[in-house]
Amino acid sequence: MIHFDNVSKRYPGGFEALNQVSFRLPRGKMGYLTGHSGAGKSTLLKLIALIERPSRGQIILDGINLNHISNRQVPYVRRNIGIIFQNHHLLYDRPVFDNVAMPLVIQGYRHREIQSRVRAALDQVGLLKKEKSDPITLSGGEQQRVGIARAIVHKPSLLLADEPTGNLDPELSLEIMELFARFNQVGTSVLIASHDLDLIQHMGAQTLSLKDGRIVNDEISPNEIITGAA
Amino acid sequence: MRKGPQYNTLITAYLIHHIRVLLSSLGHLTRQPLSTMMTMAVIAIALTLPSGLYLALNNISGLSAGWDSSTKISLFLHTSVDEKKAQTLLERLRLHNEIDHVSMISKDQGLEQFKQGSGFGSALQFLEDNPLPIVLVVQPIIDTKRPDHINQLLKELENDKLVELAQLDMQWVKRLYAMLEIAHRGIWAIGSLLGLAVLLIVGNTIRLDIQNRRSEIEVSKLIGASNAFIRRPFLYTGFWYGFTGGLLAWLLTTASLYLLAEPVEKLTLLYHSDFQLNGLSFGDTMNLIMISCSLGLLGSWLAVGRHLDEIEPS
Ligand SMILES: Nc1ncnc2c1ncn2[C@@H]1O[C@H](COP(=O)(O)OP(=O)(O)O)[C@@H](O)[C@H]1O
Ligand SMILES: [Mg+2]
Repeated sequence: MIHFDNVSKRYPGGFEALNQVSFRLPRGKMGYLTGHSGAGKSTLLKLIALIERPSRGQIILDGINLNHISNRQVPYVRRNIGIIFQNHHLLYDRPVFDNVAMPLVIQGYRHREIQSRVRAALDQVGLLKKEKSDPITLSGGEQQRVGIARAIVHKPSLLLADEPTGNLDPELSLEIMELFARFNQVGTSVLIASHDLDLIQHMGAQTLSLKDGRIVNDEISPNEIITGAA
Repeated sequence: MRKGPQYNTLITAYLIHHIRVLLSSLGHLTRQPLSTMMTMAVIAIALTLPSGLYLALNNISGLSAGWDSSTKISLFLHTSVDEKKAQTLLERLRLHNEIDHVSMISKDQGLEQFKQGSGFGSALQFLEDNPLPIVLVVQPIIDTKRPDHINQLLKELENDKLVELAQLDMQWVKRLYAMLEIAHRGIWAIGSLLGLAVLLIVGNTIRLDIQNRRSEIEVSKLIGASNAFIRRPFLYTGFWYGFTGGLLAWLLTTASLYLLAEPVEKLTLLYHSDFQLNGLSFGDTMNLIMISCSLGLLGSWLAVGRHLDEIEPS
């Protein structure tokens, strides 16, 4: 699903956030991305979502070399990804339903199909009763779940989450992580960045560790499925 | 890859989407009624000024067409020319294609008029000979587009050997046409400047709108909205500004006209006149609305082009 081949990212100003990163996440698998703050986790996810472009190396996503994707084509790549990022929260000028419906509206789905898909997504995150609520009236955990519903409503083949449990207490965090595991069980590839090692250990999935922009050999879960650079 | 919705479903959905965006951008405008109305009012006023001037000019041009009949060239013939020769000249001039009408004032008629007009009536009784020449009064066909053609006609008539003197009664007509010409260009200049102002107003309003909806734009881009999709509501907003601004401008122009109608009618009654104050025609109104819609669209298009690309998720 995701294949990084010697990818480096140097930000304007010269800071090298990623350094020769290579790994592979097969289709339908779930993986965690760990590392201390500033290790380059968010940068790696942004490269997949085409929010940033690599300085060197190439990224193959679902068989497509992202270096060959022009800016005009970017939206169509993103439609196949569900993105849950820290700083892209809900829109507070519209109810939960409209927030979740956005990806479908953008892709031109019909009204009736939007209705049923949004309800299904809200049901999956346990917020079916909140569809008419204003997001501002929901708790932090509920808002995060609305964000997840928005990310999965159009059934993307890949889910990217950046610190999805960042502001939540451990119990809620576990709940959210289990939600991701459920999506993975029905075939969605998932890549989650988190610095919460305890939680990741508890979940026990494949892990890729970053340190100062490089992949470090992984002690938590040495694995074959996510392979670090040799 | 996943299957998208069916193809024909897509087309219907696309149309429905356009209509929905059109309406929702209107709804968006009504949510900030005060600033929306102020913007629309400024656009309307900016458009009312040139359309009002255009209307005024149109009416004055119509008025001056009524003055054609008072533009006359008097041909004073040599005193030696008798009525028979004058009659043949008159017949000849009637065939001239720039002349509408010719009449003759004979020596006797001239004397009669002079007696009545001058107050020297009794003194003139003592004249043995009538000293006045025969006068032909020529009424030219006025071509408002070529104000100087009258001068050419005047020269041509003066060169006739029977004519001693050709005199244009209405020199000011020519001046009026020159002034109308200047006014015409002035309206174009004012109209263009105010059109530019409308463009800037709409552009700036849309720019603020884009800034206010920054997070919505970022999220939309993140979940795969194409640029066209994101642009659309702003373009429709610009369209609505233009459309309602144009409609308001029409309303203002028409209302001003009705306010002026009565005093103008009183004024024209004091002169001759079958003069009618004309409002904006259907065509003029359509042009006004079309121009204002285009300005609204263009203004938002420029703003969107400049500012939408700056907003990227990060
Ligand atoms: N837009 C940017 N411009 C310059 N430097 C950046 C930018 N984004 C991130 N960085 C730097 O790159 C490094 C990695 O950042 P990030 O990928 O956010 O790490 P993480 O998500 O693991 O905390 C950090 O040192 C950060 O300061
Ligand atoms: Mg981060």
